[in-house]
Amino acid sequence: MKWFTTYNNGSAIDLRKIPALTYAEFFEAMRERLANPACHVAHYFGVPVEETRLRVWAILLDDAEHTIDVASYDVDYYDEDLPSLTKEFPAMHPFERDMTERWGVRYDGMPWDKPLRAPSRSARRGGTIDEYPFYKMESASLHEVNVGPIHAGIIEPGAFRFICNGEKVLHLEISLGYQHRGAERQIETSESLLRQVLLAEGIAGDSAVTHTTALVRTIEKLAAFDSSKAGNLDVERTVALELERMAMHIADTGALCMDVGYQLGQVACEALRTLTINTTQLWCGNRFGKGLIRPFGTNFPLTDEMRQTILKNVAEIRRRYNEVRQDIKNTPSLLSRMEQCGLVSAQQMQRIGGVGQASRASGLARDIRVSHPWGVYTDRIAHQSIIKEQGDVMARLMMRCREVLQAADTIVALLTELDCSVATPAPQWDVKLQPYMFSTALVEGWRGECCHVAITDGEGRVVCYRVKDPSMHNWLALAIAVRSEGISDFPICNKSFNLSYCGHDL
Amino acid sequence: MLLNKLKVFKSHGSQYIPDLDAVQLPEIFRGRPELSECDEETARELEKMCPTKAIAASPFSLDMGRCLFCGECARRAPQAIRFTNDYRIGASRREDLIVTPATRSIPFAHDAVRKEIPAMFAHALKLRQVSAGGDASVEMELNATGNVNFDFGRYGVEFVASPRHADGVVITGPVSRNMAEALQVCYDAVPDPKVVIVAGSEAVSGSLYAESTEVDRSFFERHQPDLWLPGAPTHPMVFIEAVMNLIGRRRRGEQTKK
Ligand code: SF4
Repeated sequence: MKWFTTYNNGSAIDLRKIPALTYAEFFEAMRERLANPACHVAHYFGVPVEETRLRVWAILLDDAEHTIDVASYDVDYYDEDLPSLTKEFPAMHPFERDMTERWGVRYDGMPWDKPLRAPSRSARRGGTIDEYPFYKMESASLHEVNVGPIHAGIIEPGAFRFICNGEKVLHLEISLGYQHRGAERQIETSESLLRQVLLAEGIAGDSAVTHTTALVRTIEKLAAFDSSKAGNLDVERTVALELERMAMHIADTGALCMDVGYQLGQVACEALRTLTINTTQLWCGNRFGKGLIRPFGTNFPLTDEMRQTILKNVAEIRRRYNEVRQDIKNTPSLLSRMEQCGLVSAQQMQRIGGVGQASRASGLARDIRVSHPWGVYTDRIAHQSIIKEQGDVMARLMMRCREVLQAADTIVALLTELDCSVATPAPQWDVKLQPYMFSTALVEGWRGECCHVAITDGEGRVVCYRVKDPSMHNWLALAIAVRSEGISDFPICNKSFNLSYCGHDL
Repeated sequence: MLLNKLKVFKSHGSQYIPDLDAVQLPEIFRGRPELSECDEETARELEKMCPTKAIAASPFSLDMGRCLFCGECARRAPQAIRFTNDYRIGASRREDLIVTPATRSIPFAHDAVRKEIPAMFAHALKLRQVSAGGDASVEMELNATGNVNFDFGRYGVEFVASPRHADGVVITGPVSRNMAEALQVCYDAVPDPKVVIVAGSEAVSGSLYAESTEVDRSFFERHQPDLWLPGAPTHPMVFIEAVMNLIGRRRRGEQTKK
């Protein structure tokens, strides 16, 4: 047995039950599984076990079987002959780069062995983040354009290097790591669960609910806590997630309108986003939902009054947003900017391991709510992913439009009949966690699949914590999307993905 | 085609907040905390539980510049700490962010503001934003200050695309090591006299990341911020109200001049 199988709705795994393979066995097992288009890697990371020894973990998702499969191998600092998986499966690239950067593991034949986040303890010695070795093409007729790390708007930093032939982009390379602040390390060295939760809220503030839900679910599994029996907890978490999805998709709709100079759509979306996040604020006191997601319970159980406020506001947002959607669809000048621009094919998405709304806009049906359901998606909500085939900016925008309406419908379905007199427990902070466990939870945020992993020691302390934001997979999709586009279309291509810098950099 | 636009236009209506001074945030919003004297044991317990080290037991105080406004301390000891919806919490001096049981409002020390700031920027302040390890929530709230609801641009306060066009920088995030140099370069590119604003508790103190090896706050050893804005994130009204005080167009606590 090479893999240990579990489910998103299942429990944590006894570490000792996960088989430790040799690298050769692991390599073959991965090749076999990744050849199946239903499978992709959710996470792949190393944890030091002894001075020079690493235990490496891989989490593989099988969308058809709804399984989470875990495998591991040991590698010694001096081990050689570790053929790279990236050559065959580019989706492995960020993970192998991370392994090389953090621990000095060298994968034979790995292309583009470059920094990923440029942390201070990088195993790759010398050089600062500003000396990132960008790809170069030598030709008198080509020129380079550098953007960043500081960008022109109020957004996070990252460096973009374009190689252009006139106006046309031949190649874009993205260098990240400017936001690296040591989030994983802070989580695994935290003494209190509250501190870990607050750190999760700040992994990516625009996905605070998503990341915090992933963290509390990872922790709750380590205490064999069943959230489905905790009053309305699962419903409330899903409503919070869907409000976050609505707010961010609406914000991105507005941002895309702004970038094509369509002010009516922009201001209408700004106002609708305000209404959405103010609804979240009315519920928990914070516009981004910080404070709302707590382990083993909630500080803000839904009252009947709040339930009705959410329903009323969501109906209003849905109605008005749908008018914006209709308007965009019927405005030829917008369509001509966004259609056939920034193309990523389903095949490319598959190869790079794309996830979330961007993958679904390219015809790749990756959606944790369907493939690896938890909570309400296991019984109350039969979620059907929205899939578009075109893979262009317009498809990613229309994906957002449809998902806003769908999120509103999900909220209505969950709240219409909800009995708010049911007691939902308060959070708990001093729960003993099981020793020697491996726990992972997946949550489909508005950007896509978010994966958290915790490993406990003999005392039940979290000694290893790993986070994966969907952006880790999808940044490469943006680089592909702008190839052969005019460089002036970069802003709308970028906004159509709206990937996270801080979520990637951690 | 036009009909669709008219529909959007009609539903949108008027979203602009006519009087920003009159804005009230909902009761549940966690703004300025109020402390009451409490026994030593409770204070010690609170000091121990706060993950950002914002609370000190003796003398009992809460430093908003570290606090992430999670509200958990107020749940643990509601008799000792209570969060109000008062968003007038930005300060021109770092020490004014420290709340004691005697604090019933956050003072804005106008005499601590450099004279050239109100003299030069009262009617137009253009800012360059630098995110340095920020989690994107403060950044989004800063963006929101200029949106259709808050429209801070009406007072001439706006964010610009280049430090060369700016009168100052607004820093968010704990200042990641990898952004330390870029932040300095950006600051140097702003013409004198220039304003430095730190937005969000992470920027004010580093907060949860204060001790991370991936953070480099040496910028603040060289440069003194003119405005300190706590929050996780800083609400647009926190920013707007405090900047209005900084540029001398409002005096906190006094009748507003129209
Ligand atoms: S609200 Fe602030 S002071 Fe209270 S526990 Fe949270 S971070 Fe600490």
